[in-house]
Amino acid sequence: MTSAVQIGPPRYALRAVPGYLPIVLILLVLPRHLPAGPAAEEKRLSVYAAAADYSLAVSERNGRDYVGLLELLEPLGPVSARSDGLHWRLRFKALEMEFIQAKSQAKVGRQEIDLGAPFVLENGRGLVPLTSLNPLLPHFVAGPLNFNEAARRLFLGNVGTHFTAQLSHGTPPRLVMNFTAPVNPTIATEPGRLRMVFHREPVVAPSTPTLTFNDTAIPSATFAESNGLAEITVTSSVSLMASFGNDGRTITISAVPQQTMAAQPKREAEQIPAATLPPSGTGPALPPAPGSTAVPATPAGQRGYFAVVDASHGGEDRGVALTGQLAEKDVTLAMARRLHLELEARGVPSLVLRDSDANLTLDQRATLANATHAALYIGLHAASDGSGVRLYTAMLPAGGDNNGPFVAWDAAQSRFVPLSVAAASGVASELERKQIPVRVLTAPLRPLNNITAAALAVELAPPPGSAPSQLNSPVYQQLIAATLANGVAAMRDKLGAPR
Amino acid sequence: MIPRHLLIGIALMLAAALAMSAYVWRMRGRVAAVEPTADTRPLAPPVSGPMEPVTLYVADDETGSLHVQGASIPLPSDRQQRAEELLRALLGIYLDKASPHALPPASEVRAIYLVDPGLAVIDLNAVFADAHRSGVLQEELTVTSLIQTLAANIPGILRVKILVDGKERASLAGHADLSNFYDVAAVNGFVAQAQAAP
Repeated sequence: MTSAVQIGPPRYALRAVPGYLPIVLILLVLPRHLPAGPAAEEKRLSVYAAAADYSLAVSERNGRDYVGLLELLEPLGPVSARSDGLHWRLRFKALEMEFIQAKSQAKVGRQEIDLGAPFVLENGRGLVPLTSLNPLLPHFVAGPLNFNEAARRLFLGNVGTHFTAQLSHGTPPRLVMNFTAPVNPTIATEPGRLRMVFHREPVVAPSTPTLTFNDTAIPSATFAESNGLAEITVTSSVSLMASFGNDGRTITISAVPQQTMAAQPKREAEQIPAATLPPSGTGPALPPAPGSTAVPATPAGQRGYFAVVDASHGGEDRGVALTGQLAEKDVTLAMARRLHLELEARGVPSLVLRDSDANLTLDQRATLANATHAALYIGLHAASDGSGVRLYTAMLPAGGDNNGPFVAWDAAQSRFVPLSVAAASGVASELERKQIPVRVLTAPLRPLNNITAAALAVELAPPPGSAPSQLNSPVYQQLIAATLANGVAAMRDKLGAPR
Repeated sequence: MIPRHLLIGIALMLAAALAMSAYVWRMRGRVAAVEPTADTRPLAPPVSGPMEPVTLYVADDETGSLHVQGASIPLPSDRQQRAEELLRALLGIYLDKASPHALPPASEVRAIYLVDPGLAVIDLNAVFADAHRSGVLQEELTVTSLIQTLAANIPGILRVKILVDGKERASLAGHADLSNFYDVAAVNGFVAQAQAAP
């Protein structure tokens, strides 16, 4: 035994190694192989000006925050820059500036400006410290300048959007927030609070950051701003929902009624107890992935929806860039709200599936629509080409055969195609009556093929001979929404009652 | 008084200058006439085979429909290569400057796989989808143009699957579904609808 232990140099060498060394080596190596924590959030600077609202990346150099000066000034007016060795010369409108690599002094016109930290020239790109914006920008921009360096929000001119919040103590209580300009925040709910994040809007703080309402259901709302964003958090003891009005100038926050929970995106719906899942039916109310979304059924005696209006895209998914500023997701949301109001005005109960700048997956949209057991699904889209309105019914995919009581998810629409065609035809007749150009086509457009009811998609194109910017015209949107609602109301008897 | 020989010299030089100008003008016109349009088609190995008449279904943004266009292209005998050449000819039209339905430059059909019975798999490159114009009809015209052209010229294709860079993708550019198989008969129905449109 002893001789076996002592044989060979490797064992001898191992003995020379201190016993704690492997542990030290493991401790040194292990952190490199452990999964990294969440990536640090990218720093952003938001700029709000009369010309444009935009956001820029902020980079860190020697522990200080820097921003590209050319990128900052570009949306504000004609600007050009050229580098010459260590010198970087910039011209904004008629103003000449000169910066020198690693120097804290810069020449703006004939004046010397202290940047507070060295200027950085990288690959011809000039970076200035954020601290220098306060002394630097008054030379470029007329009017008041307000720079919140801690929150990285820069206001050029009187561009701030102010808001008031008023609670009406009813049953349920409603918090009405009025803004001085239209807003379109991203809304998310978590247990005990509803968060509204303003990515592009120059929303400014109220006189006190925390507003209290002396109510148990909605006790307070807090304003905060950081990393170029503004956020209003409404605390609550009940589930909340937000609805928009007054062309985006008013947000009303109230407790979620049971039957409108389906309108909430997945992260909210997931918190709904499993007991609220719809009863199993003959159609595939859910996509193949089990348990992806829980939605409430429409209990007997409660109001059933005749139509579900679905504003396509949302959130990060902007859809078609209709113009430089106008995204499809904004037009579809505005149209969905108008169509909802027009349908309700004609006594057609309807539900807006996406009523904020949130995005839903196509499976979630179909699941939520199917769970409402509505008679008609209307998906809204917008495009810059062509004119008038295009109506689409599902082009069913190959191979999605239904087998007895089991309905293929991808061909769930197959039984309802005649109803969908009838709905499209009825709506098209109404559009033609109003002399709005209309085409009826089939399209491979999800989630039409997953809907277990009459389903059609509406693609709104500009009025004949008009620019795509007219898609945002309230008059045009109202005309189309009213005509669509007339068409749906006329088809009500043919499509039958909500199932 | 100007000497006679000088006058003759100047006259000859003027005549030569005029003749040169006329010649250059004529050559310039001829070059413009024969200069090929910028062809951004991807490089592909030379195809051998007899010229054959084919039917291309070309999307037209102006009318929002597909129109039938005859062409004569060299087609190899192999069925799969024929399919690839067909779609390359179609893409050649879309990549031309005067295209009625422009596709992003450098759009390419990477490969087509014909799987019996009746399935064709079209593999597009990433640029094709990433830079494609978004919109329900825009995307649908592209997809149906590819499928209908293939089905009209390669007998026996009943279903078509479209991949991007060899992988399945949810949609072409946010609308046209690429997650499912296309039924050629259903595409046929759309083509008829679109052609009947005003």
